[in-house]
Amino acid sequence: MLEKFRFLFKLTSASDIARRYFVTNGFDGALTMLGLIIGFYSSNSVSITVIISACLGATVALTVSGLVSAYISESAERKKELNELEQALVKNLDDSAHARAAKLVPFFIAAVNGLAPLLLSLFIISPLWFSLLGISFPLNPLLLSIIIAFLTLFILGAFIGKISGRFWLWSGFKTLLIAIVTAGIILSIEKLL
Amino acid sequence: MPQLNRIVLDVLKPHQPSVLEFANTIADQHPNCQVKITVSEVDEKTETTIVTIEGDDIPFPAIAETISNLGGSIHSIDEVAVNNVVKSET
Repeated sequence: MLEKFRFLFKLTSASDIARRYFVTNGFDGALTMLGLIIGFYSSNSVSITVIISACLGATVALTVSGLVSAYISESAERKKELNELEQALVKNLDDSAHARAAKLVPFFIAAVNGLAPLLLSLFIISPLWFSLLGISFPLNPLLLSIIIAFLTLFILGAFIGKISGRFWLWSGFKTLLIAIVTAGIILSIEKLL
Repeated sequence: MPQLNRIVLDVLKPHQPSVLEFANTIADQHPNCQVKITVSEVDEKTETTIVTIEGDDIPFPAIAETISNLGGSIHSIDEVAVNNVVKSET
């Protein structure tokens, strides 16, 4: 069964596409959480429950958006590719591995695209959950979440660097720099308000 | 009963699966068959291949189904070798 899936994924280069989606939407999720948490941290007057609710709301929205958008776009893309292949082969491919891949792969890619922001966001806000459960940290849980968000974005960058064959540390620092600039913009705007 | 020992097919296939995977899958699903594929032409989305299968009593309908499952289209049967040697009883 696993071999069959592997074959279908290889047939459509699904692993490469899923990896791209994971990084793209994972980056979206992590940066959104960073923005939200920095906003709450600088306002300094919101309860942890409200922060978790707001973060969860954003996470659910990103997850659903990731699932639906990836499924719709990938499904359309696969159908188009299948039609083009059928025209090139002058053959109906309904009973072929290509048709099975065209049906299955969009679900897989949608799952990756939806789960990436969900898992990364839950990871980033985990100190807030633990704090709500009464577990104390040496740092403010919000500050800890911000550090985890920076770390997550650095790891995502390093992951991209490793895939592209570039120096992973440099690639990680670049995404970290983007996160720092984003944090700076958010804090500057909050200062103006 | 006549047995098919060798068949040469003209097959148009997509680029994916690759020729290696194509040959491997046919050989994997039909043990005792030796599969040789020669690419004769490469187009934008397809490649024309000459698939040579050798073995004892080749199950052609099953092989045709495997090729179809892999997205291949058999254009013609270019060569066959059928054996019907009756073993003499001693």
